[in-house]
Amino acid sequence: MGAPKKIVTNKKWCKGCGICVEFCPKNVLELKNGIIDVTRPDDCIFCGLCELRCPDLAIFLEEVSDEQ
Amino acid sequence: MEKVYSRPKSMTERPTSYCPGCLHGVVTKLIAEIVDELEISDDTVGVLPVGCSTLGLFHFNLEAISAAHGRAPAIATGFKRCAPDKVVFTYQGDGDLASIGMAEIMHCANRGENVTTIFVNNSIYGMTGGQMAPTTLVGQKATTCLTGRNPEDAGFPMKMCEIISQLDAPVYVARFSLDSPANILKAKKGMKKAFELQMEGKGYTFIELLSNCPTNWGMTAEDSIQWMRDNTMKEFPLGEFKVPEECE
Repeated sequence: MGAPKKIVTNKKWCKGCGICVEFCPKNVLELKNGIIDVTRPDDCIFCGLCELRCPDLAIFLEEVSDEQ
Repeated sequence: MEKVYSRPKSMTERPTSYCPGCLHGVVTKLIAEIVDELEISDDTVGVLPVGCSTLGLFHFNLEAISAAHGRAPAIATGFKRCAPDKVVFTYQGDGDLASIGMAEIMHCANRGENVTTIFVNNSIYGMTGGQMAPTTLVGQKATTCLTGRNPEDAGFPMKMCEIISQLDAPVYVARFSLDSPANILKAKKGMKKAFELQMEGKGYTFIELLSNCPTNWGMTAEDSIQWMRDNTMKEFPLGEFKVPEECE
């Protein structure tokens, strides 16, 4: 499976288009005040579809090292 | 913490200038990723004409030339002939390429210039305000056809891949869509093949990417993607229209 991952957002770059929200297979994401919010992080399966689809590079996955 | 995904080095560190939900951002990212993967960032030159693609000047961390409306293939021809060791691509929209730039693209393709065209087809004029483009679908509304495109006075949508694939010189002509993750990955693979063929000196390559325009279509980003599937992708079939002989 590799190292554990976490979902990271760049709220400054998010334009609130809703593509990631609409197409997330696990309904992890929501728009709050027109900006992306990781509302249900425990449901995330780290498929990376949000990262692939986001036109604005405002959401991506990071690997979490063991020390953290 | 190690990043699984990092911003392509061939993109500048700034938010994109495109409208919310516009898939131009995905195209820009794919081009930058391909340039990074091929390790050609120092040797790549983008030619960006007028339209939403102009905004790529802000986002590509590459050498870029701004061209007059529709004239990117002519500029690319001149640059490539002067610097044949460079990888040259044009990044054009449908209003630019298929309307005011129709002569330039046809002759560039017909001469088999060793450049790559990335053609973003969202079936409408984007930056200029939502006018009918040569690719606008029959019945699709635009600011210059408020009741929808009528083929009796405006003709039918231009199918650029089909037209260019009829020419002898082009070596790779393909159409992809950006509506789904699977199709985005297929598009990236096709775009990469086009760049590689250029690097091998094979000749002219043409990639058409079906995209959306939530702003001028007057719908949400999600609805625009569904509209693409229901309409654009039926009018413009996906696939490779011309491939090099060794790939057949």
